[in-house]
Amino acid sequence: MTATQQPLPATRRRMTRKQRRLMLIGGAGLVLCVAAGLVLVAMRDSIVFFYGPTEIVEKGLTPGTRMRLGGLVEKGSLARGPGQKISFAVTDSKTTMTISYEGLLPDLFREGQGVVTEGVFEGAGRFKADSVLAKHDETYMPREVADTLKKQGHWQPGGAPANTPAKP
Amino acid sequence: MIVEIGHFALALALGVAFVQALVPLWGVARGDRTLASVGPAAAITCFLLVAASFAALTAAYVRSDFSVENVVANSHSAQPLIYKLTSTWGNHEGSMLLWVLILTLFGALVALSRRSLPVRLRAGALAAQGWVTVAFLAFTLLTSNPFRRMIPAPAEGNDLNPILQDLGLAIHPPLLYVGYVGFSITYAFAVAALIDGRIDAVWARAVRPWTLLAWVFLTLGIAMGSYWAYYELGWGGWWFWDPVENASLMPWLAGTALIHSTVVMEKRDALKVWTILLAILTFSLSLLGTFIVRSGVLTSVHSFASDPQRGLFILAILVFFVGGSLALFAWRAPLLRQGGLFAPVSREGALVVNNVFIATSCATVFIGTLYPLVLEMATGDKISVGPPFFNATFVPVLVPLLLLLPIGQSLAWKRGDLLGAAQRTVWAFGLGILASVALLAVFRGGPVLAPLGIGLGVFLVAGAAFDLGERVVARASGVSAIWSRAVGLPRSAWGTALAHAGVGLSVIGIAAAAWSTEAIGVLKPGERLTSGRYTITLEAISPRTGPNFREEVARFQLSSGDRALGAIEAGKRVYIARNMPTTEAGIRTDGLSQAYVSLGEPQGDGGIAVRLYDKPLILLIWIGAIVMALGGALSLTDRRFRLAAPRRAAPARIVAQPAE
Repeated sequence: MTATQQPLPATRRRMTRKQRRLMLIGGAGLVLCVAAGLVLVAMRDSIVFFYGPTEIVEKGLTPGTRMRLGGLVEKGSLARGPGQKISFAVTDSKTTMTISYEGLLPDLFREGQGVVTEGVFEGAGRFKADSVLAKHDETYMPREVADTLKKQGHWQPGGAPANTPAKP
Repeated sequence: MIVEIGHFALALALGVAFVQALVPLWGVARGDRTLASVGPAAAITCFLLVAASFAALTAAYVRSDFSVENVVANSHSAQPLIYKLTSTWGNHEGSMLLWVLILTLFGALVALSRRSLPVRLRAGALAAQGWVTVAFLAFTLLTSNPFRRMIPAPAEGNDLNPILQDLGLAIHPPLLYVGYVGFSITYAFAVAALIDGRIDAVWARAVRPWTLLAWVFLTLGIAMGSYWAYYELGWGGWWFWDPVENASLMPWLAGTALIHSTVVMEKRDALKVWTILLAILTFSLSLLGTFIVRSGVLTSVHSFASDPQRGLFILAILVFFVGGSLALFAWRAPLLRQGGLFAPVSREGALVVNNVFIATSCATVFIGTLYPLVLEMATGDKISVGPPFFNATFVPVLVPLLLLLPIGQSLAWKRGDLLGAAQRTVWAFGLGILASVALLAVFRGGPVLAPLGIGLGVFLVAGAAFDLGERVVARASGVSAIWSRAVGLPRSAWGTALAHAGVGLSVIGIAAAAWSTEAIGVLKPGERLTSGRYTITLEAISPRTGPNFREEVARFQLSSGDRALGAIEAGKRVYIARNMPTTEAGIRTDGLSQAYVSLGEPQGDGGIAVRLYDKPLILLIWIGAIVMALGGALSLTDRRFRLAAPRRAAPARIVAQPAE
């Protein structure tokens, strides 16, 4: 092999193939271990669970838990408070949560449609959201919301506008 | 009629792709040169057929042929011509056709390239490419046929999703796809090498230009997509660690590792097995990305209507190509002749470090993206893995790599001198530290990470510049000698320096984001809102009508301190056909920074909700990406990739490295 034919300085001991290979594998292993450690720590601290309103009640989640909450925006529930304060209700038709939020709503936020919010459960049917997630397509229903609604038995797949041709 | 011709051409292409997939392999197995050389002709024919098919679909869009279901669902007669054109790929069916078009384009390019390739390698690669083409043509024809007729034809179409009616979208998917799909060639070459059982520097030199080409386009595609999301979605974010974004980032990371490892293979005939594996993994990640985007298994802000059944088909393709190639790898890789080992402290050693870190960072993105899916299947719990996870895993893995980058870049091949390399980079490092300290002093009490990140970026840019300077200036005297050294330096050396400087520029832009500020307020005409350095004064809100939308436009005067920066307009549009609102952000570029205004809901009292951002140095994020891509493109023009590069003797020509 070409690499080992080079004369090496007398002061440095020539490493055998095995040692070099071990060093390579050891180094790579070290980096992987550190990364695995980082992943595990981050998994514990920065993962957010998704719940529907009924699940929050059923699981008896403690107030102060950070989570994503999804469901349908209840018709007629949107209220704009002073300044940028907004409140609306999210329902899976069995349980309803009141969401308070401060900021601008995404373009496709509409009453009667699916929504996913992220924030903190405050207990007693109240939820303080710090983000309301946008989507790109008005016929798109977040999968979690669809599942939540299916669980409560209120899912009509024909949520699309009537003039959309049927998918093959 | 045109539509039927397009449909027929697509079906015909499937047949030709079968020929491309089978006949060359058969020829190689029987030692029949005539059969083995069918590959190029089949690849070119296949491309021409798919191109005809794509042209037919484009024609249907341009003429607003509403008897085609796909056109009805995604176009409108009032659309400007440019968006009628881009509607062609602004939907699932059309974008799959674009996917296949680019796939066959790459096959045809390999068939046409005049570089002298070993016959068996070319035949094998074209056959492997043929199999991928067969799979995706079958997918398009069976589940996503864009040519389906609709009878009776409606009078008007449903319009393209408004947020896609944008020039950014005109460019983003084609760029991204050339990148994504370009890696299929690398994959095909890897499979061919495994079948052939021979892999050497010739292979590396054959693959490297394709990898670079794909990487350049993927870089531009991701940057374009990021910029598009930034100005079109109206929330001023440019990267959300969303599954769909990660789907493009993973092949990019693997591809970045691949272009570095092929250098080692080409110059030192080492890292062969790893490079083959990387080539397979890169395209596998591209396929995985296609699956994630098309199936909707992961919830994404960028999700468009998705179809689980199509997802299943792509999953089958994914399993076949990933599983098949990995099985082939497990079977054949032990037979490959191992390359030489090398000293840990050397350019090749540094490139291994690069590969270890990039592969690890790619793995963290992979875990973060797919973990929710695995957990849901295992326990039924639904989780979301967002920016905090990636900031805590991806960033710490990448930062040490960036710190080591300038040192590795100035190490010599074979046997580097760590002390010498450290000495050469100490000035660049000093500049970085100086930048950090100065910024920390100026912005006392502000975020600490921003000055540190900018210091890192300065280190990278200066490191790249000093490395070039060292090679060109330090060992030449007189202007003419400097000039001749600069010209004599391989283009790939310039490309490397440029790409690394681009990384530094992006790092600076990303770090400076910590200083960005946001303000929300309700404004009536005459009222003002301040965020960071910028102040806007609302002048008036007026309605306006576009070709297929109505719009409320708010006009502001922008100023920064005493400087008047002129008017800035932000709008809220409603696209009539879909009755769908979009936000049109008003963006004013001020040097490398931007002021960003987006509108919210009108309030009852005549005011309107307004969001104003100060985004310092944000343009550097995308400029850095463009510089990276330019670096890649410059490497691509290197002498050894042009014409028929001399075989095997090439490494002797690499003279311009710092001699030790």
